[in-house]
Amino acid sequence: MHRVVLAYASDMEGFRRAARGLVAAGVPPAAVIWEVAGSGGLPLADEAGPAGDAAGLRVPRRFVELAEKVICHRDPARFALLHEALCALRGNRALLDDRADPLVHRLETMAKSVGRDIHKMRAFLRFRATDDEDGPHYVAWFEPEHHIVRTNCGFFIRRFASQRWTILTPQESAHWDGRALSILPGAARADAPSEDPVEAIWKTYFASIFNPARLKLKAMQAEMPKKYWANLPEAELIPDLVREAPARVAAMLAGGRATTLARLREEALGCTLCPLHGPATQTVFGEGPADAPLMIVGEQPGDQEDLQGRPFVGPAGQLLDSCLCDAGIDRAQVYVTNAVKHFRFELRGRRRIHQSPSPAEIETCRWWLDQERAIVAPRLVLMLGGSAGRALLGRAVAVTRERGRPLSLPDGTPALLTVHPSYLLRIENPAAAEAERARFVADLRAAQALVGAGRA
Amino acid sequence: MARLDLKAKLAILADAAKYDASCASSGTTRRSSADGRGLGSTEGMGICHAYAPDGRCISLLKILLTNVCMFDCAYCINRRSSSVRRARFTVEEVVRLTIGFYRRNYIEGLFLSSGIIRSPDYTMEELVRVARTLRTEHRFRGYIHLKTIPDAAPELVAEAGLWADRLSINIELPTAAALKALAPEKDAARIEGTIGGLHARIAEAREARRRSRHAPRFAPAGQSTQMIIGADSADDHTILRTADALYRRHAMRRVYYSAFSPIPDPAPGLPALSPPLLREHRLYQADWMLRFYGFALDEVASAMKSGHLPLEMDPKRAWALANRALFPVDVNRAGREMLLRVPGLGPKAVARILAARRHRTLRWADLARLVSSPRAVRPWVTAADWRPGALLESDRLRALVTPARQGELFASPVPA
Repeated sequence: MHRVVLAYASDMEGFRRAARGLVAAGVPPAAVIWEVAGSGGLPLADEAGPAGDAAGLRVPRRFVELAEKVICHRDPARFALLHEALCALRGNRALLDDRADPLVHRLETMAKSVGRDIHKMRAFLRFRATDDEDGPHYVAWFEPEHHIVRTNCGFFIRRFASQRWTILTPQESAHWDGRALSILPGAARADAPSEDPVEAIWKTYFASIFNPARLKLKAMQAEMPKKYWANLPEAELIPDLVREAPARVAAMLAGGRATTLARLREEALGCTLCPLHGPATQTVFGEGPADAPLMIVGEQPGDQEDLQGRPFVGPAGQLLDSCLCDAGIDRAQVYVTNAVKHFRFELRGRRRIHQSPSPAEIETCRWWLDQERAIVAPRLVLMLGGSAGRALLGRAVAVTRERGRPLSLPDGTPALLTVHPSYLLRIENPAAAEAERARFVADLRAAQALVGAGRA
Repeated sequence: MARLDLKAKLAILADAAKYDASCASSGTTRRSSADGRGLGSTEGMGICHAYAPDGRCISLLKILLTNVCMFDCAYCINRRSSSVRRARFTVEEVVRLTIGFYRRNYIEGLFLSSGIIRSPDYTMEELVRVARTLRTEHRFRGYIHLKTIPDAAPELVAEAGLWADRLSINIELPTAAALKALAPEKDAARIEGTIGGLHARIAEAREARRRSRHAPRFAPAGQSTQMIIGADSADDHTILRTADALYRRHAMRRVYYSAFSPIPDPAPGLPALSPPLLREHRLYQADWMLRFYGFALDEVASAMKSGHLPLEMDPKRAWALANRALFPVDVNRAGREMLLRVPGLGPKAVARILAARRHRTLRWADLARLVSSPRAVRPWVTAADWRPGALLESDRLRALVTPARQGELFASPVPA
């Protein structure tokens, strides 16, 4: 059995020297015990490495790169695995290209873990500034997963050569005095400064750059796992930022909402939420008293409405007016609006032919309808036709089946569904048209009765 | 107006900057201050020094010089008509903050933008002054990203490129018509003109460096831009067509897609909805297909339904499902191009497969060691001892490759 004692945990030079002798002497990896000085092994005097020199031992550059990472891994088997790879390389110099090989796969996995640790140390290490007789001194406390302090010093020198810094970790520490690097023993968290006034400003930045409308905790934790949080001053803000996010978003969503119909109408006039605003003449907003007990919702403006900018003024509107009259309802007391506020049509020659709005357009335009409802707060909503039903109930509706039944909207507002007056206009048989008109008037009466009942 | 202290200004001017998605600090020249005469370094790959709970990387101090603005862009929190609180940093304050944060290892550098005050030239001059002060007085060698102000004088842009690693100007919206509607003072043609001008300068400087290493650098990390998603009605196909053109015509390093996010005091007529984050994610995945996986725009579009990428699965899987006849792919024979089209295989895994198969005929167990998610690859490939057989034909395939819980995909971050 051979025993090799390395000077420190990531002692690449010591490993190289020893491994060269072992390979030259043909010692199998299983016959070597690797130890690191000062980690509780037998006294150094026992050391007995083979003195052979493998002058012919040349390894690919890729192996050196891999070994420099793997040797930092905290797994005690790392030396034996590298030794094994060296032996295997003698038989197959291209071994490392084959990442499907189990040994190569294991070494690559270890190297990746070390690489990530090195990267995270560069990312998450935080200096705190102190002042002594020699000027500012930047001190950090960090807890790496692997033995990476020495290998990572180069980065901090390249970046911060002009400042004095010290990196303290449980295993070993590094100090840069502005000219030279020294490696010192491990330290404790209490050895690092406990505060730095600039951290408060940094935390302000962290809190302000966060967008509460995009909460993605998993994505954050995938890249910044909780084990690092203890040493990140900004991490203590995270629970509060997360907890307050929904309320902040709700406030933003509500912040811009109009509280009067006049303001809402003005906003809707400039609406470009969906492509319908392009070909249409203008937004046709609802009209009626802001405290109307009955709200009637149609589908969308037609040709006449689009030109005049008012709802229900074309042929269907005139029919609605006469039916309201028959039902004993004063239109001036009703809030009348549409599910979609722009006219959707297809040009046929010079005629603009009505096209039903798509579910997406209805959904988009609900932005306005919901706000109208919030302001008017009617006791009952009467939905004329399937589009109005879809807009308010949030689902496809079968008018013939659900007509006349007491319904309630998702927020609890009572509602009734009936046909759209344009349906009555399309019935050619006069007797049938008359019968349907009577049914429609009956529905209006029923609505009025429910509004009255609500009042009592 | 009461005088604001530095912390209060920072709160306002970082809040105002957060709708810019970019925080990248990669891909610039290698610089070091090991000579002890400067501060900072750049080593190719940028570093994310923290992550906010929105999952976004914090690599740079990303702030505005001021959020006062002459423009009235409907989607912007800083538009003239917004009631948001206003603040303005002095050049010295920005420099002090940058250096103070950098020395403590909080950041890789600075990303500075600004509202437009007085004139485009005046604003651009202030931005350039910050960069110049950092580079000359403090010998700052960290990363600097400057926003290019639309319509600023060419000589100011030229100087900006001398100090900055990256320059960017936002295209803002996928179509010129949408920009006209939402940002009346901006002009798509002039923005694209500026982008074209930057591209010419970047290419020219690179060519000059090839001939002489003393030639001055110009924005060595190239240029990027950003498009807001969901503020207008443009579909995914339109968005990607615009992005594709930017990559081709102007050698754009990155196009960022920023889901339109509700802002305090929003302008009328904009959707006050939660930002379409999943849609944004799918666009980034499709963008990756165009840039790193060798897909043509038309192929990506073949996975769309009425102009939109499917939300329930990533676009590469959707493409594979639509082109089942091309599968399974033999991992021992297929070329790089076809391997890159296999769902679950990225450029790294493909390189490993190509290298490993020079040594052995790949069996399933070998393949499983070469890829990060063997399960994702399984239905699409054959190996020496593996054939998906009925799996690929079955109607269950769609269900198999569609993640049961959207949340998981949703959370996976887009690489910076």
